[in-house]
Amino acid sequence: MKKLIQSKPVAYSRIYSLGAARGELSVSNDEIAGPIDSSDEWIRQRTGIVTRSRAGANTSLMDMSVTASTEAIEQSGINPSEIDAVILATISFPYQTPSGATLLAEKVGATGAAAYDISAACAGYCYGIAQADSLIRSGTSRYVLVVGAEKLSDFIDPTDRSISFLLGDGAGAAVVGPSDHPGISKTVWGSDGGNWDKVGMTGSLVDYRDGKIAWPTLVQEGTSVFRWAVWEMVKVAKEALEVSGLEPSDLSALVTHQANIRIIDEFAKQLGLPQSVVVARDIVETGNTSAASIPLAMHRLLDQGQVKSGGYALQIGFGAGLAYAAQVVELP
Amino acid sequence: MALSEQDVLAGLAELVNDETGIAADAVQLEKSFTDDLDIDSISMMTIVVNAEDKFGVKIPDEEVKNLITVADAVKYITANQG
Repeated sequence: MKKLIQSKPVAYSRIYSLGAARGELSVSNDEIAGPIDSSDEWIRQRTGIVTRSRAGANTSLMDMSVTASTEAIEQSGINPSEIDAVILATISFPYQTPSGATLLAEKVGATGAAAYDISAACAGYCYGIAQADSLIRSGTSRYVLVVGAEKLSDFIDPTDRSISFLLGDGAGAAVVGPSDHPGISKTVWGSDGGNWDKVGMTGSLVDYRDGKIAWPTLVQEGTSVFRWAVWEMVKVAKEALEVSGLEPSDLSALVTHQANIRIIDEFAKQLGLPQSVVVARDIVETGNTSAASIPLAMHRLLDQGQVKSGGYALQIGFGAGLAYAAQVVELP
Repeated sequence: MALSEQDVLAGLAELVNDETGIAADAVQLEKSFTDDLDIDSISMMTIVVNAEDKFGVKIPDEEVKNLITVADAVKYITANQG
C-alpha cells in the first residue's frame, strides 16, 4: 500500500515587507465634534486623536487594499504570481459574499492563489499573521499576503459617542514567507464570546431589512472594553513575550491595536517596558482603523526611522468578539 | 483586618491623586466623581482597577456605574473588602 504524502514543513517564517494606504481625507476633531456635542480638546484628551484618515466616497476598501498590497509586494522582492495565499482581515467589506480576498488576489497579480476573508475585527491582522505563519511552516503555502483593511466610515453614526468618532479608514499589508531564522513567534490568541456584545453593531442586516433599525453602525461599551483591553490584554502580551523567549529589553517596539491613546499608554505602563522600546501611536493621526491599525502603525515606525529592520516588535490585536492575538515579529 | 471607611477614603484619595493629579484632600465623601472632580470614564476605570488591587475587592463593570459619589465607592469597598 502506498504511503500518503503530506506537505513538507519548513522551519521558520518571517514578514518580508509591509505596505500601507490611508484614507485620503484627514478629518479633524472640529469636523466631527458637533453631532456628539463635543470639542477638539475633549476628543484629544479622551482618545489622543488629532485627525483620523477617512476614505472619500470614490475610494473603496478594495482600492486601499490594492494600494497597500502593491507596495508590500514590490518591497518584498517576490513576484506577485508566487503568492499562493491571500488573507484579508476585515469587518467592513460590504459584501457578505464573495470574499474580498479573491478579488484582491486577482487585482494584485496573485491570480489563482487560495484566498479568503477573516472576521476577527481589531485582532484580524494578528490572526492573519498567525495563519500565514502556520500555512508557510506546514508547507501548505510558500508566500502569503496578509491584509488588514477597513472602510469603517461606511458603518459609523455621527451622533454616536461610544466609538464612531474614533474610527478611520485604511489598509495595511504584509508579505510573509519562509525564512532561514525565526521571524514570527508562537501566537497567543483566543476569544471571549461571553462578552460578544461589548463591541459590535447596532443590529443585523436582517434587522435593517425588516425596518427594525437604521443602517447598522458600530457601537461599544467603552469602559468595559477599556478594562479588558488593558488589564486582560497585558496578560496576553506578557505571555506572548514569554513564549517568544525574549526579554522586554530585547524589543524595539510595542505595536498594539490603535484603539485609543489612553489604552495604549496604560497598556505600555502596565507592561513595564524599558524606555528603549518605541510605543506605536499612529492613532494620533490615523484614528482607529480596526484590522488595519497594526500594520499601518508598524509601517509608520519603519517609515519614520523610529525602528530598524531586523528588530523585534511585540504586536497585539484585540477587539470585537471579543477576540485577541499577539505575537513577536521581526521587523521587515 | 478590615479597613474603616476613613482608611478607605484616604486610600482611595491617593489612587485618585495618582491617576488624575487631583489633591487628595479634595476627594471628599459628598463629591461626585464626574460632576465635581471631573474624572472621565477611562480614569474612573483605572481608579477602580487600582482600588481592586489595593483593597482586595472585586468591583464588576455593572457596579462601576453605581459609584456616583466618593461615598458610594467608599461604602462599596468597605462592605466588600477581602
